[in-house]
Amino acid sequence: MITTSNLSKTYNNNQVLNIEALEIPKGQSFGLVGNNGAGKTTYFSLLLDLIQPTTGHIISNEVQVNKSEDWKPFTSAFIDESFLIGYLTPEEYFYFIGELRGQNKADVDALVAQYEDFFHGEILGQKKYLRDLSKGNQKKAGIVAALIGNPEVIILDEPFANLDPTTQFRLKGIVKDLAGKQGVTVLISSHDLLHVTDVSERIVVLEKGEIVKDLVTSEATLKELENHFAG
Amino acid sequence: MIKHFINLEWKAFFRSPSFKTNLFFKILLGFAALWMIVSFSFLGVGVYYVIEKELDKDPLVLVNNFLIFYVVFDLVLRYFLQNMPIVNIRPLLYLPIKKGKVVHFALNKTVLSFFNIVHAFFFLPFSVVLVIEGYPFLNVMGWHLAIMALIYCNNFINVFVNSKDAVFYTVLSIIVVLGLLKYYEIFDITDFTAPVFQAFYDMPYLALIPIALLVVLYKMAYSYFKSNFYLDAGLAKKVETVQSEDFAWLNRFGSVSTFLKNDIRLLKRNKRSKMTILMSGMFLFYGLLFFTGAVEAYKGPFWRIFAGIFVSGGFLFNFGQFVPSWDSAYYPLMMSQNITYKEYISSKWYLMVMATIVSTILSVFYLYFGWQAYAAVVVGAIYNIGVNSHMVLWGGAYIKTPIDLTSNKKAFGDKKSFNAKTLLLTIPKLVLPMVIYAIGHFTLGETFGFTLVALFGIAGFLFKNKVFDIIEKIYKSEKYKTLSAYKQNS
Repeated sequence: MITTSNLSKTYNNNQVLNIEALEIPKGQSFGLVGNNGAGKTTYFSLLLDLIQPTTGHIISNEVQVNKSEDWKPFTSAFIDESFLIGYLTPEEYFYFIGELRGQNKADVDALVAQYEDFFHGEILGQKKYLRDLSKGNQKKAGIVAALIGNPEVIILDEPFANLDPTTQFRLKGIVKDLAGKQGVTVLISSHDLLHVTDVSERIVVLEKGEIVKDLVTSEATLKELENHFAG
Repeated sequence: MIKHFINLEWKAFFRSPSFKTNLFFKILLGFAALWMIVSFSFLGVGVYYVIEKELDKDPLVLVNNFLIFYVVFDLVLRYFLQNMPIVNIRPLLYLPIKKGKVVHFALNKTVLSFFNIVHAFFFLPFSVVLVIEGYPFLNVMGWHLAIMALIYCNNFINVFVNSKDAVFYTVLSIIVVLGLLKYYEIFDITDFTAPVFQAFYDMPYLALIPIALLVVLYKMAYSYFKSNFYLDAGLAKKVETVQSEDFAWLNRFGSVSTFLKNDIRLLKRNKRSKMTILMSGMFLFYGLLFFTGAVEAYKGPFWRIFAGIFVSGGFLFNFGQFVPSWDSAYYPLMMSQNITYKEYISSKWYLMVMATIVSTILSVFYLYFGWQAYAAVVVGAIYNIGVNSHMVLWGGAYIKTPIDLTSNKKAFGDKKSFNAKTLLLTIPKLVLPMVIYAIGHFTLGETFGFTLVALFGIAGFLFKNKVFDIIEKIYKSEKYKTLSAYKQNS
């Protein structure tokens, strides 16, 4: 589904990402871990064509992302608060995203209703603009907005950060469901080793922009990751 | 301790991202400040002799007459332009520094602001001239101190008013009403205020009153900030309750309506964009300068078109030149969503066209100055819709300064306007229609001039799709640069 080849990104002679080859098959739930500055967000930004690669390219579903825009209809993402429109209420924001992705109001309502317990009653009908919500609640709105319109690829950068424990567990359920039942390719980055091993079938460890581990998740994975980062 | 504060301020100033990227602009701003200082000084020296020679009145009396408007206008200007220093004390809250000290520093910092100092460049020379011309020193001194104290009172009043929009708009409307009443000689507020200012001169010891007022205001500002020095009080953001809005009536615009709805919400719900609307309203009256013959230099017939373009195009210019910067806060979202640039641009275009039509209707009062005045507005509107709407959007595509929607500071004279490409684009925006009109006016008469400009406007309309294609290309080719520029928040 997503093929990365010879991809690198350099800022002023400082190489921040260098991935020779990475193949993510359709329907995989893919976890990306690494310390700060390892290149996780850079990789996701390249996937969304928000920055230009220095060399190489990414092909998503036969579309080369930095050449054509045809990846947009089947890809959605929540990277940070720059994906939120601060002066909209959450409802308006969902409808806006829905309209861009060819969904009518009823479709959006139906989808959002599924995530009512994820919202924990703090998003809908709050009579607040997104910019006035807390960081955690903003994140909830952003994540659910990324699920609108049946995307085939969903990219979530640090989705567990800032969320309360209950919501973290619910999010894990959502991600597992997406990849397992619906065949959606989900890409997640996280600093939380426990959560990421829990939801991902495969985990790639980045270090200074390079892939240092590529693991199929098993019982032993968490231990291995802990040892890697402790040492 | 003060040393640390000053050190922090110094670094904040020189290390701000806008400082580095906009050195050119800083220099320009420096020149502007210098120009203001010089012209204020010249005014200070010159105004005495001009009044004495041209109007044959006592300069001090005349200055006292207008001083109330000067002082109040200063307050208005401060509201728009002077930033309050309170925001950056957040990180100091939990450090082992006495609260009082931080607040004192923040308040004292405002004293050194350019907005206070510039007035000295007018009043000092003026007072010196007064003394030279034989006014008694002590009286002039009292008057001078009183005025300076009042200016500084404004400084601290602004500290309070800054957070309360309602107060500000009330003050503004009172001034406008009083100004109009004076202009039409119905009621003259200066009859009451001029004697007050005169009293400072006649009885110099009265200067103690504004000075005492200043001290009181400082104490008030101090205790206000000290008692509100908490994250959930003075330093908190205000959260308003709001309703979702549907704007279903916009659905008739088809796929453009998605963006159009958002743009209307953007205009309604953000401080910065509200300021733009207010300014566009003020542009409606800009034509008065031309059609009343108030300004000597604007008497040439082609200036009518100039006025007409500004009167009908206030919103078009104020809003249009910052497309797409209005959406800078969430540009990554827009760029990773399946948006069609054509619809995105069209929505902004529709908005500008609607506003231009509304402005044209509202400015029907120009008929009072003869049909030519209103014809100029209507023709200006046609040219604005046909040509300038495209030009403005085109120019905006090159502007990459992010807009902070939640702040109304910097709404005027922003660095964004200084850009070689956008300056170049003002030629077709303003100069061309004036030239076209002049050609028509001086060959077959004014009707022909108006017709020519209108024809050009209609012709420009035919290029809409072509221009949109060009803008789309610019958006695409500048995408990465724009994204990274918007990331460096202002």
